Amino acid sequence: MTAVVARIGPLLLVQIVALGAAVVVDLRLAAVLAVWFAAWQVNIRLSESALARRDGGRVAVAAVFGVTVLILWELTVRLFQVPGVILPPPTRIAATLAGNLDLLWGDFVQTVVKGALTGYVIGCAAAVAMAVAVDRSPFLQRGLLPVGNFMAALPIIGTAPILVMWFGFGWQSKAAVVVLMVFFPMLVNAVAGLQAADRMQRDLMETYAASYWQSLVKLRLPAAMPLIFNGLKISSTLALIGAIVAEFFGSPTLGLGFRISTSVGQLQLGMVWAGITVAALAGSAFYFAVAQAEKRVTFWHPSQRP
Amino acid sequence: MTSVTEIAAPGAGAGRTGLRAWRWVRLRVLPILAVVLGIVVVWYTACVPMNVKETLTFAERAGAEVEPASPAERRDMGRVALVLANPGQLGGSFALDRPRLPAPHQVVAELWETTVETRPTSKRSLVYHGWVTLSATLLGFGIGTALGVLLAVGIVHDRAMDMSVLPWAIASQTIPILAIAPMIIVVLNSIGLQGLIPKALISAYLSFFPVVVSMVAGLRSPAASQMDLMHTYSATGGQVFRKLRLPASVPYLFAALKVGIAASLIGAIVGELPTGASEGLGARLLAGSYYGQTVQIWSALFAAAILAAAMVGLIGLIERLTLRRMGFGR
Repeated sequence: MTAVVARIGPLLLVQIVALGAAVVVDLRLAAVLAVWFAAWQVNIRLSESALARRDGGRVAVAAVFGVTVLILWELTVRLFQVPGVILPPPTRIAATLAGNLDLLWGDFVQTVVKGALTGYVIGCAAAVAMAVAVDRSPFLQRGLLPVGNFMAALPIIGTAPILVMWFGFGWQSKAAVVVLMVFFPMLVNAVAGLQAADRMQRDLMETYAASYWQSLVKLRLPAAMPLIFNGLKISSTLALIGAIVAEFFGSPTLGLGFRISTSVGQLQLGMVWAGITVAALAGSAFYFAVAQAEKRVTFWHPSQRP
Repeated sequence: MTSVTEIAAPGAGAGRTGLRAWRWVRLRVLPILAVVLGIVVVWYTACVPMNVKETLTFAERAGAEVEPASPAERRDMGRVALVLANPGQLGGSFALDRPRLPAPHQVVAELWETTVETRPTSKRSLVYHGWVTLSATLLGFGIGTALGVLLAVGIVHDRAMDMSVLPWAIASQTIPILAIAPMIIVVLNSIGLQGLIPKALISAYLSFFPVVVSMVAGLRSPAASQMDLMHTYSATGGQVFRKLRLPASVPYLFAALKVGIAASLIGAIVGELPTGASEGLGARLLAGSYYGQTVQIWSALFAAAILAAAMVGLIGLIERLTLRRMGFGR
């Protein structure tokens, strides 16, 4: 017996026993477990092979896991006949997504482009401008850093009902929520970033007789970029959350947040999941774009070197 | 260097302590006070143009002469122009019943009235609504943190799990997962679960992912030389985990806890929106926005902010005490 365990490994043995028990209890459960265990064994093999050291292998392992979750989801919903108003299968979500591309494209433009992106640009620009404005006053910096850190931890999303009251149901109020949400994390990172250039580098600029603005543009802003991009990346996620959740407090009849909340109300969960998929794709693409820009701009930083 | 006995002598270092206290006030407290004061000044100033239309209507009803006299004309005028045209009639800006922007002291007064002067069991009490939200937050935060730490331990010890799950946990940080909150509430409601549990679930998954990502980084933070040292002691995997990896991960855990508790609170508040719940800070926000009760919205908002600040501050305090006892930062 121990020889068998040593040969096939304790995990596989546990899986085989569990599968055997499942066959006796419920065939549907056994089918689900079989898929799960098989995929898990594939991933164990993959992650132990030489392939795992390459980038392609890493992507493959993560992809196998992702696809397995989708297959398990589909199987579970179909075999156990889970009602569509509780959890629709992935294939139906994909069909809903494909069948409503025009509608969802309109939602995407309304929420992501008009609401999130406008607010993101205004909020981040305002925060960097403010950081530069207080740059010459260590007194104000010492005050702004703790206050900014404090504000960044607060549930600013709660200002959404107030801003919807002020700026109306359109995308302007969503952009205003996004401005408030991204401003403080961005401000803290920008203020800290402008202090990142070290003594030696500043002294060098001094020996060149560089003016304040020359040293700001040529040394301190570039040196601040890693932290500024840190703020930009944090803010990219916050911007989407702000734009979507603000729509729960009132919006015209389009927008991802509107789509999600009204479809939930009508129990059209396929549409809800389609909206969530669009939001997730938009979020990843947004973050990826900022990360790519970061690679270009801060190529000199140790964290970006291969 | 001063010896220990000198510092410990009664009265010694009193002058130095005073100097250090003043330095602390000058470098830390004064700048913060200045910024906060600036915010309050801007807020009061903004109240005047924001509320000018309501203020003038109110003044007109009280019999004052308002320029221009017809409400229709006033509606089309800019706010700043109205302020400039009626400099004498703006006394009511800070005392309106339903202002567009309530003055800070109105919000403070409402907060005081609904917390100290109202019984905590009353439906009007913000302590009551705050507790409804806080209990869901804490329950979810506890579940999310515990599961997050467990998964992180699994990821660090199992290569297949690491390569399969971690990329998805990291990717989850870039997408607005808060968007599925309404669905969770409604779906759980349809199978008979409502109240505390659905909100706690949202709080749990929002705090779960930051904890996973941060704990994995923390458990992997020991340097190769430290791992080698454990190896020369012929430490078992369990010993390496208990004596090196786990202690090394504590600073990372606290960083994640602070992010996680703030996210949990937001989750609980958003979780109160979709079903039109009647209890909790999120419900107060929504009810206030339905009925135009701006002072109520602002006081609920401030209550949420105070809760968040208190919880983050509490974790920060525990963090400092724990890390000092463990000998970090010496």
